[in-house]
Amino acid sequence: MSGATARRTITGGWADLSDTVERKSAPPGTERLDRVIIRFAGDSGDGMQLTGDRFTSASAIFGNDLATLPDFPAEIRAPAGTLAGVSAFQVHISDHDITTPGDAPNVLVAMNPAALRNELPRLEPGGTVIVNEDAFADRNLTKAGYATNPLTDGSLEGYTVFEVPMSSLTLGAVEPLGVKPRDAERSKNFFALGLVSWMYTRPVDDTLRWIEAKFAKVPLVRDANVAAFKAGHAFGETAELFDHPYQIDPAALPPGTYTSINGNTALAWGLVAASQLSQLPLFLGSYPITPASDILHELSKHKAFGVRTLQAEDEIAGIGAAIGAAYGGHLAVTTTSGPGMALKAEAMGLAVSLELPLLIIDIQRGGPSTGLPTKTEAADLLMAYYGRHGESPLPIIAARSPSDCFFAAIEAARIAIKYRTPVILLSDGYLANGSEPWRLPEVADLPDISTTFATAPNHTMQSGEEVFWPYLRDPDTLARAWALPGTPDLMHRIGGLEKEDGSGNISYDADNHERMVHLRAAKVAGIAKDIPEVVVEGPDDADLLVLGWGSTWGAIDAAVNRVRNNGRKVAKAHLTHLNPFPQNLGDVLRRFPNVLVPEMNLGQLSRLLRAEYLVDVRSVTKMRGEPFTAGELESAILDTLGGNP
Amino acid sequence: MTDLIPVTTRKDWSSDQEVRWCPGCGDYSILSAVQLLMPDLGVRREDMAFVSGIGCAARFPYYMNTYGLHSIHGRAPAIATGLAMTRPDLHVWVVTGDGDSLSIGGNHLIHALRRNINITILLFNNQIYGLTKGQYSPTSEVGKVTKSTPFGSLDHPFNPLSLAIGAEASFVARTHDMDRAHMLETFRRAHEHKGAAFVEVFQNCNVFNDAAFEGVTAKTVRDDMLIPLRHGEPIRFGREAQHGVVLDAQNGARIVEVADVGEDALLVHDEARTDPSVAFMLSRLARGPYEPTPIGVFRAVERLEYGSEVNRQLVDAVASKGVGNLAALLRSGSTWEVG
Repeated sequence: MSGATARRTITGGWADLSDTVERKSAPPGTERLDRVIIRFAGDSGDGMQLTGDRFTSASAIFGNDLATLPDFPAEIRAPAGTLAGVSAFQVHISDHDITTPGDAPNVLVAMNPAALRNELPRLEPGGTVIVNEDAFADRNLTKAGYATNPLTDGSLEGYTVFEVPMSSLTLGAVEPLGVKPRDAERSKNFFALGLVSWMYTRPVDDTLRWIEAKFAKVPLVRDANVAAFKAGHAFGETAELFDHPYQIDPAALPPGTYTSINGNTALAWGLVAASQLSQLPLFLGSYPITPASDILHELSKHKAFGVRTLQAEDEIAGIGAAIGAAYGGHLAVTTTSGPGMALKAEAMGLAVSLELPLLIIDIQRGGPSTGLPTKTEAADLLMAYYGRHGESPLPIIAARSPSDCFFAAIEAARIAIKYRTPVILLSDGYLANGSEPWRLPEVADLPDISTTFATAPNHTMQSGEEVFWPYLRDPDTLARAWALPGTPDLMHRIGGLEKEDGSGNISYDADNHERMVHLRAAKVAGIAKDIPEVVVEGPDDADLLVLGWGSTWGAIDAAVNRVRNNGRKVAKAHLTHLNPFPQNLGDVLRRFPNVLVPEMNLGQLSRLLRAEYLVDVRSVTKMRGEPFTAGELESAILDTLGGNP
Repeated sequence: MTDLIPVTTRKDWSSDQEVRWCPGCGDYSILSAVQLLMPDLGVRREDMAFVSGIGCAARFPYYMNTYGLHSIHGRAPAIATGLAMTRPDLHVWVVTGDGDSLSIGGNHLIHALRRNINITILLFNNQIYGLTKGQYSPTSEVGKVTKSTPFGSLDHPFNPLSLAIGAEASFVARTHDMDRAHMLETFRRAHEHKGAAFVEVFQNCNVFNDAAFEGVTAKTVRDDMLIPLRHGEPIRFGREAQHGVVLDAQNGARIVEVADVGEDALLVHDEARTDPSVAFMLSRLARGPYEPTPIGVFRAVERLEYGSEVNRQLVDAVASKGVGNLAALLRSGSTWEVG
């Protein structure tokens, strides 16, 4: 064993953060931390996502609260060792309630020089770096753009650096099993996982069982990964590099059954739930696109729920088939990301005209054009509002956290079905791939969103003939009658041409068109009566309201808590319904002297709020393909309030 | 166990909407043929759904007293795919035109055909854009002078049947708007086919492209210019059945004089041939509606129908896992208890 040296002890440079809580002293032999942020980084082929994911699961099962931020390039395998190929996974684990994947990592695990170079700037001052020393050879250093070796040239001064020869130690552990040297190298991420699991006293049995199950089909790989994991764990224990492991106690979360969930899985399950709760079979028409494809993957598994999925020939066919399924009486869904939204725009307009229930789910990513396919952004709000020709309003819902995607899907379905309208549901790449512990709801507590179909004529002609008029509306909801093909005597035709109010016959009449435009707008606007008012959390006399939508929720929550702990009077509120807005939103905005609106766009909600309520708001924006950190929003809040904390 | 299908007449299948095609349009005779056919199919009106895109042909659903969806340009096959996949109890027809399904909607057409969705597609081919008032279409001949091609079209046209056969459609046929009996028989076969049935209908646009097919469909020339395809019979045509089609290793399908080659040398039409090559060669026999042109069923093969297969997977999943349980789904990952 060579060269492993510790230059500094871990200090926990995060102790000054105000969302950190006081803890009693640690049990003997360990040091107790209230939370830690670890960032795993390596080549795209190094299995960093898998490693991070597994560390997350072990922490979740242990009972910590957590939040994750997978951060990977669009290329499946960029050239090995290059900066472009670095794939990272950040996880924040704690013994108390947290809502973000953390600001600056405390610990960076870097599997090669490129990972170190890419990720070191994120690390907190004085943070801990664990490197795979074996990867710091000349060729890799050159590929990463290092002129000299950062492990020896003093550039890591000030950090706590652990140089661990992970590749050779892994090789030594797996070679006796008969693994070829070239293949042995591929188990080194499990060595790293074993080491970090020891450092943070993660339970090992569950991870070993998981490795055995995951690689059961290839016994040699399974055994190599188990051996590497155990070797990493043993290295931590015996190498005397590390003073002691750290303990992060389980968080005091509300009682219940928990699972670890990411946004796309929660969304897919929410759609299955919506199908059960509405008693309408689920249909998904979708075309593969990052970061939405996992919803298609997940739903395609659930045929026992009567879920039909179609991987369509293109985005337009995805929504087209969904419109056909909606016409046939299914709960119809199409999933996509920004570029696909653009392609679906015409069909969305058709759905507005047909007044059929339909869910259009946009997992937003960086744009314009192909943009940043694997990075997050929330810049499709105005497109969701206005991205169709003509006056074609439709309701918009946005999820705020990975687990909230489940409830957002049910709420979107409720509105779509009740009001016979397409609904846009906005999520984003951060929610889609990020995960958190989720206290599972009781199925019995979920809402009934079932509906009724027309079964008899609803209009009497002057001649006395009983007929079905597809565009007769419910006076309260303005939802039109919905008769499914196959229903005797209610045969009717609908389409994209303007329809006569009531009968649904083609009409080019001027008065009728104006009436229909207003009716469609009034129907969507009227949904405001049927959604919860926006809830303000914080003092009535707060100096500032932070208003958010979508995935900024976690960072806003953490930032507001920090400034409140420093004695500032700040309130926060979060929008789930973006169109229509909650009825009390205008009053809420006018109640506070300052309103701050953080968005991962250039201020789209801010524009809407100013236009709708003639209230000025301060926009704080971020367009870096990654979510806000709590620290950034803390600064923005303090900056708005003025003066020092 | 089932109720008897009520006896209906053509009138029962006609909606109360005024038909708004130009006087003399070929669409009228196609509409008549479909309305005449319906009472004979043994189908309830409420179980029939017509889906269309945009174009003159796409107005068709409004005139049928059935369920109907007039959608957007080119997308009818995609919309019909969703409807047919989720409602196998319905009979879904798509009515489209050459611009609608060979230009803007070309992708949806070929994918509906290759998936073998259970739909009946009638493509009204008039070799022109009618509703937008006279631009050349993807089936217009090279050199065609229109509003958008004052110096003649440079585009090589699609042969709709070659395209459909290339996509391995399981049912491919051609008929024309001047022969009601032939339309009735062809539409009936298409309806009865399980899977995607594609029918090209030569349709006259008397305003923007009058007499486009007259060289083969006019009563005076029809016998010599249309080649009727009949399953199991040698392919012959002409007033005296004096012409025939042979398959030749060098040149593919070609037209011969029966007297020259003898009846035994003629190609015997086999619409059920799994391999699409011969049907494709027959689709290439005429370079345009000025050479002897085959009509009838080119291809009718059995192939797994998409919606039924989708259903089968659902039934299999329930058989092996039981009906899905939401509470169990939520607990299908690793779970842990707090408190």
